[in-house]
Amino acid sequence: MTKVSMKVNGKAVSRDVPDNTLLVDFLREQLRLTGTHVGCDTTQCGACVVHVNGKSIKSCTQLAVSLAGAEVTTIEGIANGADLHPMQVAFNDHHGLQCGFCTPGMIMTGIDMVNRYQAQGRELTEEAIRFELEGNICRCTGYHNIVKAIDAAAQQMSGMAKAAE
Amino acid sequence: MSTGIGARVKRKEDKRFTTGQGRYTDDVRVDNQAYAVFVRSPHAHAKITGIDKSEAEAMDGVIAVLDGHQLTGDGIGNLICGWAVSSKDGSPMNMGAWSALATDTARYVGDAVAVVIADSRQEARDAAEAVVVDYEELPVVVTSDKALESGAPQIHDNAAGNLCFDWEIGDEAAADKGLAEAAHVTQMRIVNNRLSPNPMEPRSAVAIYDSAEEHYTLYTTSQNPHVARLVLSAFYNVAPEHKLRVIAPDVGGGFGAKIYIYPEEITCLWASMKTGRSVKWTADRSEAFMTDAHGRDHITNARMGFDQNGKITGFKVDTLANLGAYMSLFSSATPTYLYATLLSGQYDIANIYGNVKGVYTNTVPVDAYRGAGRPEASFLVERMMETAAREMGMDPAELRRRNFIGSFPHQTPVIMTYDAGDFAGNLDMAQKAADVAGFPARRAEAAQRGKLRGLGYSCYIEACGIAPSAAVGSLGAGVGLWESAEVRVNPVGTIEILTGSHSHGQGHETTFSQIVAERFGLPIENVSIVHGDTDKVQFGMGTYGSRSGAVGMSAIVKAMDKVEAKVRKIAAHVLEASEDDIVIENGAVKVAGTDKQMLWHEVGLAAYTAHNLPAGMEPGLKETAFYDPVNFTFPAGCYIAEVEVDPETGVTKVVQFTAADDFGTIINPMIVEGQVHGGAAQGIGQAMLEGVVYDQDGQLLTGSYMDYCMPRADDVPFYTIEHNKTVCPGNPLGIKGCGEAGAIGTPPAIINAITDAIGNNDLQMPATPLKVWTALQAAAKPMAAE
Repeated sequence: MTKVSMKVNGKAVSRDVPDNTLLVDFLREQLRLTGTHVGCDTTQCGACVVHVNGKSIKSCTQLAVSLAGAEVTTIEGIANGADLHPMQVAFNDHHGLQCGFCTPGMIMTGIDMVNRYQAQGRELTEEAIRFELEGNICRCTGYHNIVKAIDAAAQQMSGMAKAAE
Repeated sequence: MSTGIGARVKRKEDKRFTTGQGRYTDDVRVDNQAYAVFVRSPHAHAKITGIDKSEAEAMDGVIAVLDGHQLTGDGIGNLICGWAVSSKDGSPMNMGAWSALATDTARYVGDAVAVVIADSRQEARDAAEAVVVDYEELPVVVTSDKALESGAPQIHDNAAGNLCFDWEIGDEAAADKGLAEAAHVTQMRIVNNRLSPNPMEPRSAVAIYDSAEEHYTLYTTSQNPHVARLVLSAFYNVAPEHKLRVIAPDVGGGFGAKIYIYPEEITCLWASMKTGRSVKWTADRSEAFMTDAHGRDHITNARMGFDQNGKITGFKVDTLANLGAYMSLFSSATPTYLYATLLSGQYDIANIYGNVKGVYTNTVPVDAYRGAGRPEASFLVERMMETAAREMGMDPAELRRRNFIGSFPHQTPVIMTYDAGDFAGNLDMAQKAADVAGFPARRAEAAQRGKLRGLGYSCYIEACGIAPSAAVGSLGAGVGLWESAEVRVNPVGTIEILTGSHSHGQGHETTFSQIVAERFGLPIENVSIVHGDTDKVQFGMGTYGSRSGAVGMSAIVKAMDKVEAKVRKIAAHVLEASEDDIVIENGAVKVAGTDKQMLWHEVGLAAYTAHNLPAGMEPGLKETAFYDPVNFTFPAGCYIAEVEVDPETGVTKVVQFTAADDFGTIINPMIVEGQVHGGAAQGIGQAMLEGVVYDQDGQLLTGSYMDYCMPRADDVPFYTIEHNKTVCPGNPLGIKGCGEAGAIGTPPAIINAITDAIGNNDLQMPATPLKVWTALQAAAKPMAAE
């Protein structure tokens, strides 16, 4: 057992866990943040994507003990109080989800890709969105409305970034 | 904004899913919870000669290690197939015995042999590896054609030659005569590739035994919790129905794989009783590949005859259906009544004969996967039509037009009575939307870029809205396929709909609310949908076969009819008017032509206070209905795919995809389009990417997402979707259903397009770059020799 301390969704947390505890199990079982899902065993499906220190990672392939002191953001931590994140709103507006199981990972990946492209000044084209979603599998939507939702959220987030400047 | 029928209402359920507050089975945690991990056979066929549990039992955290002899010893029954199919000689199908935990023989890789219950999942997993099972390996067969050969390994003692059934439909002599008289006969061998359904949420169960009440609760990933309860109770003897509550909370996709009741749920319930602990099991993805029922896996030889004018004279089909090692719950119906009854396609064919042999192999059971039999029929018929057109030098659209059924109702020679449709209209609509006229220019432009562009059609039809109970009963079904609904108007006027349908992505909380809000003129927020819990909802049949609209919503309409009748009586009494003068609009119950009215909630309150009701009327405002459909419904449409092939590599892109579907009345176009998008992606997956592979020893080679190619975002295009709306005459809303069409109609359009592009018709699914490249080389060869 090892004591693991990190910041999750802005809150300091500390738990004694077996050394082989994966981040996703730490979130789901220790903190009961069950919005982060497990859809495969091989780091392919992306249902478990969270942000660690501002970058998206697959929490099914990361040991919790390796993240001492890290800042972790999960799907439960991206809304600002009652105000949903533009990516959450866009998934609803564009019917970017059906069963909802892959959705948290899709949203976390979507936010990360928009942030990265904006930081690098690159245009997030339809082709780029599809390429960037290589590590996220959805079986319900055929991706059509996920691509539309991420595109719409990117416009919204870009507008917000400009307004903030 | 309108929220009624036809409005693109945003989904009510999205908030919990986009904020991480969905509640799936693996999210459930209960007191006293332990974890189950299964010990599975690593061999595809082996005698179990001994199980040594001693080391595992001594490990930290282990509560129990249980095996099949203990399970059967406690009277837990074998898994059964719920649809009795007879062979053409009248003999019943040969159902092989399937125990939830194998006792003497394992018959596929992944067959459960024992289960470990431990305090944590990790402890259970470690202990499962320490269970020593002695196996005596037996010879293995994995394909249906090889399983029928003489000398093939025998999988079940009661199924000689591995034949489960040898079933037929139609008139063989008439089909032979039609083929003999034909001016042209098209002959094909078609393999419909084996698929793994792959809902993103793996199957999961939480079983809770209450020893004081001798009562069981099961949270599980089910498309039909009441059917699960019925089968667990009546056949598997887990608990009597009134002592078993089944809850299917948020379910992360089904696609057929979550219809069935699997060994794991049975075992968890039994183990909970046995150990006095709540027992949770969640599949990992490799377990899902190994144990979720697969789909498709047909080998078909077919002949279709045409006269001088291209009219079909006869169609004869011979299909081998791989059932896997055991009969799954509806596995007999999928390759027979859900398949061969659609062999007429959209065409007027007088003479059809189909023979289907259901065959056991050492592979996981095969059952319904999105479309279930109808994709196999559609692929066969539409590949035959396209091929015949090429062979006869005809335009493939024109050949289809010459054979379309044009008047309804139409009785096919294979049971179905098509009630309504507009097949030529669907084709027109698709051709216009896809700009078929502009295709030669697009092909020429692609050629300049070094790409081979092809166009393929698919005019699919399916039977859904499953199904009239007496009709399916006469065909062998062990259940009726009606649906139930309860409309509960509360004293404050808000409404709860309790439905036997189950939503696992379909958006029922939104669409079902829409029809209620429209009917009574209420805000959609005032309606909530309750489903997925046998303690809350009256018996219902669940969601599969695109039935929740056509059957589930019809039950709601029927219950609303009863509510409205009572509301009229109450309002007429209170307002001292004639019932005939009462109108319901915008949330008010009015006397026509006067200013007298009661607000909707005032009627609700009046019903429950019961101070002033008509003489003899019962208090309350709650009605239940059971709706049994009068016929199947027949969604149909035309899909047109355009692909571009890189001749250097065989890499193929779907560059344009157009769907013109006729689903009858549409409640929410946004949700319906989403269903087509998802179905089409699964169809592209089947056509180009996906295929389950077992090696000759029965080892599953496609056991993870690194080996089984799921469609990713960059494998699929944006889809263009059009709707023709021939109202279904069979149900009150005129709905046909939309859930499976994409998966049914898409594969033939894709393969017809690729074969058009490469100039070689000999191409089986999945059309991987290697297969496409190889076919292209074969097509080029004769030219090189000239």
